[in-house]
Amino acid sequence: MGSYIPTTDREREEMLASIGVSSIDDLFSQIPEEVKIHGGCGLPAGRSEMEVRTLLETLAGKNKVYPSVFRGAGAYRHYIPEIVRSVVSKEEFVTAYTPYQAEISQGVLQSIFEYQTMICRLTGMDASNASLYDGASAAAEGVAMCRDRKRTQVLVSGAAHPDTIRTIQTYCFGNGMECVVVPVKDGETDLEFVRAHAGGSTACLYLQHPNFYGILEDAQALGDAVHQAGGKFLMGVNPISLGILKTPAEYGADIAVGEGQPLGMPLSFGGPYLGFMACVSSLTRKLPGRIVGETVDNRGQRGYVLTLQAREQHIRREKASSNVCSNQALCAMTAAVYLAAMGPDGLRQAALQCASKASYLQKGLAEAGFPLVYAKPFFHEFVTRTPVPALEVEAFLGREGILSGYPLGEREMLWCCTEANTKEEMDRLLQLVKGGVQR
Amino acid sequence: MNIPSNLQYSKSHEWIKEDGGLVEIGLTDHAQDQLGDLVFVNLPQVGDPVTAGEVFADVESVKAVSDVYSPVTGTVAQVNEALLDAPETINESPYEAWLIRVEAVTGREDLMDAAAYEAHVEKELEEADA
Amino acid sequence: MKLIFERGQEGRRLDLLPPCDVPEVALEEKDRRQKPLDLPQVTESELSRHYTQLMQHTFGVNDGFYPLGSCTMKYNPKINEYAASLPGFAQVHPLQPRETVEGCLEVLALAEKYLCAVTGMDRMTFQPAAGAHGEFTGLLLIKQYHTLRGDEKRNEILVPDSAHGTNPASAAMAGFQVVNIPSSPDGCVDLEALRQAVGDDTAGLMLTNPNTVGLFDKNILEITRIVHQAGGLNYYDGANLNAVVGIVRPGDMGFDVVHLNLHKTFSTPHGGGGPGSGPVGCKDFLAPYLPGPVVDPETLDLVQPAHSIGKVRSFYGNFLVVVKALAYLLTLGEEGIPQVARYAVLHANYMKSRLEDLYPMPYPDRCMHEFVMSLEKLKKETGVSALDVAKGLLDNGIHPPTMYFPLIVHEALMVEPTETECKEVMDQAIEVFRRLHQLAYDDPQALHSAPAATPVGRLDEVQAARKPVLQYGG
Repeated sequence: MGSYIPTTDREREEMLASIGVSSIDDLFSQIPEEVKIHGGCGLPAGRSEMEVRTLLETLAGKNKVYPSVFRGAGAYRHYIPEIVRSVVSKEEFVTAYTPYQAEISQGVLQSIFEYQTMICRLTGMDASNASLYDGASAAAEGVAMCRDRKRTQVLVSGAAHPDTIRTIQTYCFGNGMECVVVPVKDGETDLEFVRAHAGGSTACLYLQHPNFYGILEDAQALGDAVHQAGGKFLMGVNPISLGILKTPAEYGADIAVGEGQPLGMPLSFGGPYLGFMACVSSLTRKLPGRIVGETVDNRGQRGYVLTLQAREQHIRREKASSNVCSNQALCAMTAAVYLAAMGPDGLRQAALQCASKASYLQKGLAEAGFPLVYAKPFFHEFVTRTPVPALEVEAFLGREGILSGYPLGEREMLWCCTEANTKEEMDRLLQLVKGGVQR
Repeated sequence: MNIPSNLQYSKSHEWIKEDGGLVEIGLTDHAQDQLGDLVFVNLPQVGDPVTAGEVFADVESVKAVSDVYSPVTGTVAQVNEALLDAPETINESPYEAWLIRVEAVTGREDLMDAAAYEAHVEKELEEADA
Repeated sequence: MKLIFERGQEGRRLDLLPPCDVPEVALEEKDRRQKPLDLPQVTESELSRHYTQLMQHTFGVNDGFYPLGSCTMKYNPKINEYAASLPGFAQVHPLQPRETVEGCLEVLALAEKYLCAVTGMDRMTFQPAAGAHGEFTGLLLIKQYHTLRGDEKRNEILVPDSAHGTNPASAAMAGFQVVNIPSSPDGCVDLEALRQAVGDDTAGLMLTNPNTVGLFDKNILEITRIVHQAGGLNYYDGANLNAVVGIVRPGDMGFDVVHLNLHKTFSTPHGGGGPGSGPVGCKDFLAPYLPGPVVDPETLDLVQPAHSIGKVRSFYGNFLVVVKALAYLLTLGEEGIPQVARYAVLHANYMKSRLEDLYPMPYPDRCMHEFVMSLEKLKKETGVSALDVAKGLLDNGIHPPTMYFPLIVHEALMVEPTETECKEVMDQAIEVFRRLHQLAYDDPQALHSAPAATPVGRLDEVQAARKPVLQYGG
């Protein structure tokens, strides 16, 4: 076992002498004896590094890593440029704390400033924060931003990711906002419902675009509907899709949020991921979390600091609008390196290939007896019926090393393609299902 | 310390100036000095009610936020929106940098004249030193 | 230093993707991006050098002593990082069939079992991504408990005035009124004030123990009993668990719900601000309210708790961070874990003993894993503030302690050396602290203008906040 404690017995005695006690136990005399642990807490004995390594390799070995992945539903396998891994494993970045001491933290601060800039450019919005925990919690924080004294109701599209809807509902259970889920009509958010229900108490509409089913929503009309009622328009977007799709700013959104995982983060069984958030300038001071700003030092040089801190919990305490006091800095850096490596053409290519490959697979699947459920334009995900129960499709393809689409209902499946899927593996998939799904 | 004799003062360091039916409210020179460099002001909206002795705004410095109390009860008639872009005006000329103008005033706190306010500030400073 | 946007040339790029091997689709005009995307156009070598420069302007635990109080900046072991990078963890989709993720589920179940053993809790969720996120989650469990009992008038959370700002902010987010409880002169909870404050509107109490001045509240059993008797629940903020891990369990002190910071006590890196992980543990009677899904310890199935508060984020939390913490728990084990607390406390008391003749300690008792110095006297006598001394430390290759916290101490510096620092590093830091104290009397101006040896000097925070520039060219 190791405990990473460098202190030798001799040093321990020197320290105890300096303190003026005879044993370490004396330092714990404040703790009442009756609450102390007697007889251990029931952990296993410590292990050597070699044993720990073997044990964790064994656990990792129990998981299946699929060579072919056609599943998204909120977590996407994209190609990750090698430079990304190389940069974000640098120990200075990995082992630093939040950049409170700006003079020795310009690296982290500048990387966040660059990230904020890229998020603004990607979404078209005016101001970005330093990032939040993930896409779902970013959506929930965005909803809370829109609240004011008179407007306490949120309309949430039922076609958003189920985890996002549940997260918004949970935050509303906390802050007392009324959460109304907008019904889904033929795979899309019901515009008529929004028109009928957005009113004087509506704080915002949350719309995911493309939605959970991959469909491109009528974001313009939905945004207009909530604006007409005086509410804010909050959009959740896929960052890769913005390589080709209309931006939240171009749809008139007031706040854009999203799951940043596609920007260079591995699937990681669900985390760590990245919540990004950007808004129009009039809402800047309502942004939750950390924000980095540019300024000058006392030598006249350009530099960066954490700024607009008077919004935050350590100053406003119970009057703060959010308790967030960190960001996913290393994940934000991952996204920034990814975007810089891809460049404008690379991101456009990735987005275009996502859409093109999804379209190719969808056509092939339709021919193989997996018809499209919603005949609507989609980005890189789409829902099909399955000729046999969806779980059988999953099991059959799984045996062939293919992670199928995500079973949505008994005979419905949500498929996903990215630039990382080749035509060859799609053809193999299609060949397999054309031959009949075997139990 | 600059304390003009033509204004009235509250214990929480706001000044008021009456002009026709309107009451102008700002922060005193002593208040801005204690707060340090101000970076933002959160102001109410025109039409909002204000109540004597209650918070109607807050001012932010880099590392602190402080409430501003209304010395009078009434309705916000005008808001000094120039402060949103230039909060430093409060530091530079506190008696010109009014925050709001209030109309339909129906009540007010016990206010001090310049001499009484000066004594009040000195007493506070002594207490802080002790 | 140049920004990435100031590097590169139009037309430069990395060669990353093959050409599209299927027919390209065309989007309808109405769906298409209008404004061209403006991202850097650089080569891999430019990008690599850029981040190497940024790295050189970053200070991590690996660069030197980082005694940042209440943040527990201990060493981040390499085996943890290795484990998290294994493809069997990193390349697994969160929605894979259950039988293909047994290793991941076992990681969650084992981490839950060990962390429950350490905290005295019965169940745990790993969804919260950070300590503050955990606070919010834990408070919602308390809210759900009272709500489902029909006890809806309980809308107050008691928070000591020495608490981290996140405590009151989290309570407000969870819809509670915050009642501040004053500290008594010894830095502990004022029992009389607590007795006055509790009542049938008390939902619960949030407490860090040891508290933010580095003292273990010896009245802890009385405190939690007072709250329980009033019908409230006790929430343990695990920010300072490093001081007592393996010595005493929150569950044995009368706490019902606890959050942990895996990035503090359990050695996972801070990453310049995140990702962290803030799991929340609770006693059995609160388990039905946990965010779902949780892993059934017997079957390893993902199950939805009966009266779950919902979700606080997607999927199961920052899984790879949990892997790292599990590697640490496995390494230390039963005998290693209490050593963490013992040496963290020894080191803090040692540094305190070598500084207390120069730097007044507002709480002179023996401390736990951190101690608070007040530089009020120094400031009065020399004009040198806690901030000035902190900036002086930067010139000596030391990350400053936490400044101006807790709020109840003036000119505070809060020092937490952690158990992983060796004596010579602490001795050197002690010498620097003593030298800076002398310098304050000899040449205060030198400290007012510090740091001098860093890439940038003191930055104009007033300008940054008055005229925010939050993006390049923006």
